Amino acid sequence: MKSANDTYVLKMDNIAKEYSGNRVLKGVDLHIRPGEIHALMGENGAGKSTLMNILFGMPVIHNTGGFEGTIQIDGKEANIDTPLKAMELGIGMVHQEFMLIPGFTVTENIKIGREISTPNLPSRLFGKSMETLDYKAMRKDARKALKRIGLQIEDYVKVAGLPVGYMQFIEIARELDKTGIRILVFDEPTAVLTESEADRLLAAMRAIAAQGIAIIFITHRLDEVMAVANSMTILRDGEFVARKEIKDTNVVEIAELMIGRKVEKLVDESGQPDDRQIRDDNIAVSLRDYHVDMPGEAVKGIDLDIRKGEIFGIGGLAGQGKLGIPNGIMGLYKATGEVKINGETLDLEKLGDALAHKAAFVSEDRRGVGLLLDESIEQNIIFSAMYTKGKFLKKFAWVHLFDSAAAKAHAEEMVKTLDIRCTGIRQPVGRLSGGNQQKVCLARALTLEPDVLFVSEPTRGIDIGAKKLVLEYLAKLNREQGVTVVIVSSELVELRSISDRIAIISDGKLSAILDPDASDADFGLAMSGSARKGGHEE
Amino acid sequence: MNKKAKEFLFENKVVLLFAVLCVCAMIVSGQSLTFVIPELFTRIARNSFMVLSLIIPVIAGLGLNFGIVVGAMAAQIALFATTCLGLTGISGFLITVVLATPIATLFGYLVGSLFNHMKGSEMIGGLVLGYFADGIYQFIFLFVLGGIIPIARKDLMVPTGIGVKNTLDLVDTVKYSLDNVPMLTILEVGFYGFAAVMVISVIVKLVKKQAIDWKKTVLTFAAGVVIYALSYIGPIEQFLAADRLLLLSAVEIVCFGTVIWQVLRLIWAKLRPKKDEEGAEPAVDVRKAVGYILAAAVAYAITYIPAVYDAMMMARLPVMTYLCIAALCGFNSILLRTRLGQNMRTVGQSRVVANAAGINVDKTRIIAMILSTVLGSWGQLIYLQNLGTFQTYGAHQQVGQFAIAALLVGGASVRKATNRQAILGIILFHTLFILSPLAGKELFGDAVIGEYFRVFVSYGIIAMALAMHAWKKVAKVKPEAEHAGDKPEAKSAA
Amino acid sequence: MKGFVNKFGLPRIIIAGFFLVLIFAAAGFQMNMPQFFGDILRRWGMYGILSLAMVPAVQCGIGLNFGISMGIVGGLLGGIIVIQLNIAQIPALVAVHPMFASWVAVMAAILIGVVLATGIGYLYGLLLNRVKGSEMTVTTYVGFSIIAFMNMVWMLLPFDNGELIWPNAGKGMRNTISLASSYSEVMNNTLAVEIGSFVLPTGLLLFFFLMCFLVWLFMRSRTGMAMTAAGANPMFAKAAGINVNRMRLIGTTLSTVLAAVGILVYAQGFGFLQLYNGPMMMGFTSVAAVLIGGATPKRAVIIHVLIGTFLFQGIMTLGLPVVNQVIPEGNLSEVMRMIISNGIILYALAQTKGGDGRE
Repeated sequence: MKSANDTYVLKMDNIAKEYSGNRVLKGVDLHIRPGEIHALMGENGAGKSTLMNILFGMPVIHNTGGFEGTIQIDGKEANIDTPLKAMELGIGMVHQEFMLIPGFTVTENIKIGREISTPNLPSRLFGKSMETLDYKAMRKDARKALKRIGLQIEDYVKVAGLPVGYMQFIEIARELDKTGIRILVFDEPTAVLTESEADRLLAAMRAIAAQGIAIIFITHRLDEVMAVANSMTILRDGEFVARKEIKDTNVVEIAELMIGRKVEKLVDESGQPDDRQIRDDNIAVSLRDYHVDMPGEAVKGIDLDIRKGEIFGIGGLAGQGKLGIPNGIMGLYKATGEVKINGETLDLEKLGDALAHKAAFVSEDRRGVGLLLDESIEQNIIFSAMYTKGKFLKKFAWVHLFDSAAAKAHAEEMVKTLDIRCTGIRQPVGRLSGGNQQKVCLARALTLEPDVLFVSEPTRGIDIGAKKLVLEYLAKLNREQGVTVVIVSSELVELRSISDRIAIISDGKLSAILDPDASDADFGLAMSGSARKGGHEE
Repeated sequence: MNKKAKEFLFENKVVLLFAVLCVCAMIVSGQSLTFVIPELFTRIARNSFMVLSLIIPVIAGLGLNFGIVVGAMAAQIALFATTCLGLTGISGFLITVVLATPIATLFGYLVGSLFNHMKGSEMIGGLVLGYFADGIYQFIFLFVLGGIIPIARKDLMVPTGIGVKNTLDLVDTVKYSLDNVPMLTILEVGFYGFAAVMVISVIVKLVKKQAIDWKKTVLTFAAGVVIYALSYIGPIEQFLAADRLLLLSAVEIVCFGTVIWQVLRLIWAKLRPKKDEEGAEPAVDVRKAVGYILAAAVAYAITYIPAVYDAMMMARLPVMTYLCIAALCGFNSILLRTRLGQNMRTVGQSRVVANAAGINVDKTRIIAMILSTVLGSWGQLIYLQNLGTFQTYGAHQQVGQFAIAALLVGGASVRKATNRQAILGIILFHTLFILSPLAGKELFGDAVIGEYFRVFVSYGIIAMALAMHAWKKVAKVKPEAEHAGDKPEAKSAA
Repeated sequence: MKGFVNKFGLPRIIIAGFFLVLIFAAAGFQMNMPQFFGDILRRWGMYGILSLAMVPAVQCGIGLNFGISMGIVGGLLGGIIVIQLNIAQIPALVAVHPMFASWVAVMAAILIGVVLATGIGYLYGLLLNRVKGSEMTVTTYVGFSIIAFMNMVWMLLPFDNGELIWPNAGKGMRNTISLASSYSEVMNNTLAVEIGSFVLPTGLLLFFFLMCFLVWLFMRSRTGMAMTAAGANPMFAKAAGINVNRMRLIGTTLSTVLAAVGILVYAQGFGFLQLYNGPMMMGFTSVAAVLIGGATPKRAVIIHVLIGTFLFQGIMTLGLPVVNQVIPEGNLSEVMRMIISNGIILYALAQTKGGDGRE
């Protein structure tokens, strides 16, 4: 596998990209040799996807002003401005979501859009699209591609009946079947596979690399990287951190490189005396054998106690299940196990039971779950409290009707308190900026006057000023009104700046509960799931 | 085996239900086969083309094409024009077809473009579009023709001269023009067409400097000549001089043809040793071939049952029309084996995947709509030439409705439709259509209730198919949500 | 200018403009304008409640309810039962005042219709909860099917009142049933004000406004607001502890009930009950009316009903006489109705891009 050091098949140098003033890539290098498996690592938002979008010439890059830096393929400068160009240069992608058609045979799926056909009389008159398909030649190609990855299936069976693990292989076979494939990108390929399937996939990757094809392997799983990759590039916050040969490094170092950054004080607490009484026997939220069936964020059995009055952070990498925790409690996805709030058991089957137990939730999916985009700020703020608590209603004959005067007064007060920038409380929230939308979400949760407030990804997609304000407000709420705050976030730095304790979730289970001052290495290990093998609880 | 039988019953539940309904209606109405069979075959000839024209949009994922009404309108506009010009006979019919085709192409393009704006709502869109187009059609025929465009043929217009008459009689123009083409003419034209294709093919290959298999070409041509020469033999010539084929003869020809064909295939397979490499599908399934032969034998035996024999002696099939229907069946299945057809299937299965594979989704959908609309317009012309009267304002209205219902009765769904389902559907649906008024009269003493019943069936079956489709879609969304769950993450990373 | 066009939508501007042109043209031809305005108001009240039935349907998330025929069938049954029982002819009631008897009859019909429609609407709602995302396509054909089914039922129901069945030995019920002896125009004539040839159908409009007011009240109640939220964003509603399916059920039922009331109000104004295929396209007319008023498949409020029905019926009323001045023969108003109503529906469908939007 060793070849001359400077013969790179792909050389991306000094790549920078800006989305409307927001720099998401700041001079990143990516160098890959032929026939090597190169892991591309980084937390969510580190810039991996943007880098890959640049490599594939995606319209999203070129519609937003292009990028800076150079790309060389096989030593030659390449100008990749369309996905088609990338394909012609021999760059392929194995998608995380299968691009397969269940009703088609394996052959048809492998040859999709690139069918082999023979000319006939109509095609000579009307063009290539009338050519007859040459199934025999197609099947021959398909068998060849399947053989290259060592998959033993008949080429004429339909994909519909195959196990999930096989589908990934068919995707790979399709990429291999493209002539002149040189670079193959695997985007978190093992995320949907079982352990044995993942092992087979890794073996297939090795086999492909052995044929001289370079592989870019995007994953969060450190053990897989250690097992299969030759080298790696780590990105953090759009910056190039390091390029390492795997044989020169170890898990702890990688984890540190991925998340390590100084804890900057996002929250200024100097003005607030901390006189909270947090006791281990006064539990606000207690979870026992807690499972949530949330697609992509499944929780697979968690025991956890959150003390009354604390700010409790929940972190972890994407897709590990941290988001499932609040969503399950609030009844948005099916949950099982025992959940107690202030000592009272929740009926997880009953919609809105958490609300009845004075828990409130600010969803991570602001536009999808958090807001009624076409409705006014006022409506959004008062809605939940109106429905669950019967606030802002007045009796009119035998019906309870909306009390617009009370709602208006409350909404205006909230707009003032949270400094929501708007033209008035009747403005539809869809027109507000991300930060102001988040404040509306927060305002709605506060209108419920909760004992426990779950806040999921509170600062996602909002600018730094609003970020600070939101976090400070959460801290103030906790200090002044004694609200127990549970923050779920993929930004470790924000968790560390505000939380009293931080739970790290990995693979749907509790990996560790850490102090915000714990070392970067501890957090890195916990996130990669390696810590669980040692101690379970703190 | 038991499980297999259950599966078979479940998968064919609609067909079986209607088969049972047809048998019940047959018994209740007390009608004999001699009445039903000829009537049925007339209706098959009349309606099949239209139903078959619905298959392509289903494959391309546009669902049941309620917009086919627009194709029928294109046909009627062309038909009015040629009627005005006083064109008659098969030449008049062909000119009408030639005239209808560009109009239908334009309409198909417009409908396709509109449907691309309402992906996922094509069916309701098509239905509403049908009504909308009907409004415009009526506006043209009621006010523009004669009102703005002067029409010389006053006999086609209402007495005031503005607006076309309600009913146009086609008896003296194109009635039966297609049905009445004698077999001998078909063979002759077919032979010249065949010769022309051979010549063109050779020329094209010569021009493009491609290899020509001369031996194969000459042999094929010789075979064509021999078959054509056969028609000069006295008895055969006499037989072919007719334009209608007795149903009995048709059944006999099909039965013997099947037997000969299967036997030939078996012999061929025996003679040629298997030289295909691994994984190739078996060349000839002996069990299947024997099954076909047995089925043909049974079918032939059935013709000796007196009642069936009588019925078959009564029905005479218009050969040319049935050949057109067969040709469309052939076109549908050949299209699927081309690059375009494969693209349509891909688009129909998943637009996302098709897009990722570099297929122009919108264009493919428009082509599917154009094909369907053009074929639909031809289907409407076949229907009208057989019927012989042209209801200016009503002929197109129920076309889509009944064609779609027939297709669904044959077991098709919003996502899947085949030639076989179309033909089976036509047979069952029209049997019910013929019988239900009679059964209604016997059961309730009123034929009208039977008529209402068949209308209800046609609406009901469509409602059921749509509901089932939606139901499945909802059920399918749930596992797909797994991927949707990843999306917010992906976005934040971008 | 462009923002203005975007806000109201080109078709709406065209339709409103067309209406104005018709008014000026009618005035120009020196037609009997007061009578026309009376007619427009009458038709406004007659069709209004049927259009109003769209509001709860759209707001609860099932979209444009082409299947209001489900409710219409319930209303028709109510209307028929009242005639069968001869309620309007009960001497005790007539003794008070003939008008009073008619009112009792129409109210009884509405009551029966509402009860039936509640049941039908509930079942209908259960169906719609299983076909989320394709409601419009399904409702249309379910609506057609129920009409076709009722065609058979009308033939077989054992009613025997002379007003209902064919006079001489024909089977089943009449196509159009005269309400002259029961509750024809009872609402129109109540408190009607006549000024020259202008007739203000006060009772009818009051009833229409009362229904609008009730729906408005409902939409501002806790349940009504929850329903709106469930329709606008089901996940949001779920997060607030709202049972989305139940809200859709309530909305569908309410829409069906309003359709039942609507058809009876329509029938009394028209003077006849239309059975068989009569109400087949009522759904399309009502959908078109709210769309003209500015509704979308995702949002419809009462002002859309008021404006839309007024404009649509205004054009229908004025169109025929005005056009007949230009082209003296033929039934252009039917053609116009088809083009306008289906055109606006097509426009709305094409606007929503992803179709039902939840693909």
